[in-house]
Amino acid sequence: MIEVEGLTKDYGPNRAIDSLSFHVGENEILGFLGPNGAGKTTTIRILCGYMPPTSGKASISGYDVVDQSLEVRRRVGYLPESNPLYPDMTLFDYLKYMANLRRTKNAEERVNQVIKLMNLEDRSESYISSLSKGLKQRAGLAQALVHDPEVLILDEPTIGLDPAQLIEVRSLIQDLGKTRTILLSTHILSEAQQVCDRVLIINGGKLVAEDSPERLKSRISGAQHIFMEIGGNQEGIESHVRGVNGVNRILSIQNGILEIETLPDTEPRPDLAKAVVSAGYDLLEIRKADLSLEEIFLKLTREERDEIAPL
Amino acid sequence: MVNIWIIASREYRRYFADWVPYMIAFVMLAVLGIFFYLNLQVSIIQPGYAPGIEVFLAPLATMLVLLIPAVTTRLLAEEQRLGTIELLLTSPVKDYELVVGKWLGGFLLILTIVAVTLIYPLILNQLIEPGIDQGPFISGYLGIALLGAALIAVGVAVSSFFSNQIAAFITTLGVFIIIWWILDPVARIAGAGGGNFELINYLNFSDHFFSNLFSGILDLRDVVYYLSVTAISLMVASISMEMRRWR
Repeated sequence: MIEVEGLTKDYGPNRAIDSLSFHVGENEILGFLGPNGAGKTTTIRILCGYMPPTSGKASISGYDVVDQSLEVRRRVGYLPESNPLYPDMTLFDYLKYMANLRRTKNAEERVNQVIKLMNLEDRSESYISSLSKGLKQRAGLAQALVHDPEVLILDEPTIGLDPAQLIEVRSLIQDLGKTRTILLSTHILSEAQQVCDRVLIINGGKLVAEDSPERLKSRISGAQHIFMEIGGNQEGIESHVRGVNGVNRILSIQNGILEIETLPDTEPRPDLAKAVVSAGYDLLEIRKADLSLEEIFLKLTREERDEIAPL
Repeated sequence: MVNIWIIASREYRRYFADWVPYMIAFVMLAVLGIFFYLNLQVSIIQPGYAPGIEVFLAPLATMLVLLIPAVTTRLLAEEQRLGTIELLLTSPVKDYELVVGKWLGGFLLILTIVAVTLIYPLILNQLIEPGIDQGPFISGYLGIALLGAALIAVGVAVSSFFSNQIAAFITTLGVFIIIWWILDPVARIAGAGGGNFELINYLNFSDHFFSNLFSGILDLRDVVYYLSVTAISLMVASISMEMRRWR
């Protein structure tokens, strides 16, 4: 459905994406994961025919995004990151305009369908400026869907939503993914894990990893960090901690907080707690640290580097 | 073609959600009404004087130059500010269709407002014997339409380079003032100095209106001039949209 080969885009001297290659299969939800500035939006804009790449090729449903741009644009539904809308139009008029621009058959009927699908029936005559952030996001999704596209490209569709709306939009995307090909960009790892069939991680314009969410998770959660807070006297605690099975090393001790790196696939917390308490220290807290996205990228990029390095 | 119409008709309808067209129509009717009244007064004081169509056409042309920037600045600049340009440029619409659609929307609005001003010539036609001169009436209003088409196209071209509407407005107004008022004295001075003023004179926007169309002479050169300004400006705007993609 979506084929990308050696895609490169330069903004002046800055290389936004660097020979990116990937593909998305039919009825697959591909998560496009990366920190801000990784090149997600640039890639997406090239795929949607908004701008041409500096070099490389991309095609959607067999149509080249540069040479057959209009064919591509007919088949793609696109929700830009900023979710641009016309505030002075009513929701119905807006969707009808978008449907007409994309030459949708039975435009009004189709508009009513997507309004129903997005649960916006009671707001169809409201001006877009009066809609809440969550409703606007749904209006944006409705716009992307109104011409019944084969391919949906959603750039951070859950940004700025409250938790209830988040769940709603995610399940909606999953439903849509049963009959459509979806490229979903996000910078939230758990979202990609929850919604996507396959995840693609990019950083600094380059592909860092490509895997199923489960496999990716296990790759990432090899060694973990544990935070432990000790009250009162902490003298000599290092030796007690080091002795525990599964502890690789102590990364830092500061104000009674220890950061500990574990050996891969171990759970030393019960033993750690026992060891510290039986040695007479006051254990205030012990918890597993969630890796931030940045740490994951660091880990994954380090992993790749390690693979290449002749050790 | 259908795309152009979809964009134009939406743009046209959207104007009326705002106070801008009513404001423009009000200002035009008020100013033209004042001129009309004053000329009627003069004709009462001076029995030999009968006002003609020119008493509306000259101020109408000037009003277009001053008011069209208010119509055109938002056309593309607002899409860029809102970010909706991204939706338009990723819709199956060619860049020139977008530009021409925007231009047509603005042009239809101006035609509507100009149509409202027709009430004055119609009233005048009833007041004077044997009615107004048909020639200047037709060629004058044709000139107004051509002038409007060209000015809106220039405005669309300027709007395509901006995302800030106020900057687009001021620049459009500046360009209009130069081509409408400043080129004329420049051409005269260059002519008096014995220099080559043919080109400047040809570019002079107001001369093409006032020399012939205004006085009832339909010269093809003037029609071609305004139509080519329209076409070239719309081309510039299309290229500007295209360049936006490459940035």
